[in-house]
Amino acid sequence: MEVFSIIADQISKSYGDVKAIENISFSVKKDELYGLIGPDGSGKTTIFRILTTLLLPKAGKATVEGFDVVKDFKEIRKISGYMPGRFSLYHDLSVEENLQFYATIFCTTIQENYDLIKDIYVQIEPFKNRKAGKLSGGMKQKLALSCALIHKPKVLFLDEPTTGVDAVSRKEFWEMLKNLQQKGITIIVSTPYMDEAALCDKVALMQKGKILSIDTPEKIVQQYEYPLYQVTSDNMYELPGILNNFSGSISAHRFGDSIHFATRQEIKHDDIHEFLADKGHQQIEFKKITPDIEDCFMALMKNEN
Amino acid sequence: MKTNSENIIIKVQDLVKKFGDFVANDHLTFDVYEGEIFGFLGANGAGKTTAIRILCGLSAPTSGDVEIAGYNVYKQTEKVKKNIGYMSQKFSLYENLTIKENIRFFAGIYGLSGKVIKDRMNELLKSLQITHLKDTLISSLPLGWKQKLAFSIAIFHKPKIVFLDEPTGGVDPITRRQFWDMIYETARSGITVFVTTHYMDEAEYCDRVSIMVDGRIDALDTPAELKKIFNAKNMDEVFLKLARSS
Repeated sequence: MEVFSIIADQISKSYGDVKAIENISFSVKKDELYGLIGPDGSGKTTIFRILTTLLLPKAGKATVEGFDVVKDFKEIRKISGYMPGRFSLYHDLSVEENLQFYATIFCTTIQENYDLIKDIYVQIEPFKNRKAGKLSGGMKQKLALSCALIHKPKVLFLDEPTTGVDAVSRKEFWEMLKNLQQKGITIIVSTPYMDEAALCDKVALMQKGKILSIDTPEKIVQQYEYPLYQVTSDNMYELPGILNNFSGSISAHRFGDSIHFATRQEIKHDDIHEFLADKGHQQIEFKKITPDIEDCFMALMKNEN
Repeated sequence: MKTNSENIIIKVQDLVKKFGDFVANDHLTFDVYEGEIFGFLGANGAGKTTAIRILCGLSAPTSGDVEIAGYNVYKQTEKVKKNIGYMSQKFSLYENLTIKENIRFFAGIYGLSGKVIKDRMNELLKSLQITHLKDTLISSLPLGWKQKLAFSIAIFHKPKIVFLDEPTGGVDPITRRQFWDMIYETARSGITVFVTTHYMDEAEYCDRVSIMVDGRIDALDTPAELKKIFNAKNMDEVFLKLARSS
């Protein structure tokens, strides 16, 4: 039998008339790196608050390491590390004081678990006497992660740790997560960045309080149901609109310097070439590609609507 | 794009901004052309926000020359503010006012007359297809709508330049693309768009892109040229090469 670290079974939560999450079920295996992927308002934070026992579900049941989120909240708090979306450390305490504070309330010391945070903490240690409020975004993030880890939690909850963070720091952050996973910590992380889904073992794609799909990133990509092409021409501005008029077109979305074009059936190079040339496009390039998570997410969003 | 490289709408020369000993902007020199989409990229802490605040007339440079739409940011700050629109990364409309009230409020601040406000508001509500929602509180709108509305309000007074500070953070992938369609349309109407983003695919949508590293602009060119110069297959790689070299 597999051992699950987190099980959510049909949990729901409303704020007044607004349904934040509806019948959410998923399970996270021990030592898994699990991603909740979705835009703002998809319910990611509500799920985190329920699992970390800060919020009661309106319906449903959830457990963390076998403990019930309602009955056994005290046990869950001891074994969880939580990094909320908003920076929640003490601005007027120094870097070191914040870390010491979190170690103390969990009845441990910085020394005892220093091994676990060493790789992350050494990067901010030169600033250990600086007030947390005066740190740059990247450094705040490293301090918050260190504080969430200082009591050696079994499960680490990270709510949008990379939002508003630049591409380089995002890559570094994910490298840190991969290292932590090796140390036997279950990690559940949320993000609005679709490209980060590929770095998780398993993901739940979320939108408006519902799960669109749950699987490994590879399987989600395999389930994409249409042939997908990458198209470029000398008029990238008009290209998506024109491709949408091609018969058998499903969608045409901008993806960086090309358009991702999905069609009902396989199409021939000559057909699309002729179609675009007829509309005055030149330097047309066209090739079949494998979709990425963002392609899949948009397709699932459309099905949902 | 109908970028007019003859007309320089933002002229920055030798801009320096210091906070105590810390140099946040280290001799920045660059031009932005009228009607272009100019991507202003950089790592966290590279000095982007500091520079944008100066360009918007919200903060005075330590030294250097900055001209916005022909006005000097030291001496003609109020003229600068009148000619620009600004959408901050933090959502900036009033949550407890309705859509209509927010439009009227911001348009009033820019000194538009009642008649102009009414006409443009109707036009705007129609083009966003939210006429039926005009008396809805902002707080009850989904994020994607809020962002589109905040952008529309930032250009409601038809400024020469609009500054967008991470406008698509946290937005779903379809809305994110719709937002860029709005940016394209805005640029086509002649308004210069100055935009920051952490999504590297969005850097590709810009006419030209600058990349800040440690307070300096280390690269400025079209995305195609930058990819060539850095021998990279996309802007993500260009960014990594530059930012990691620091």
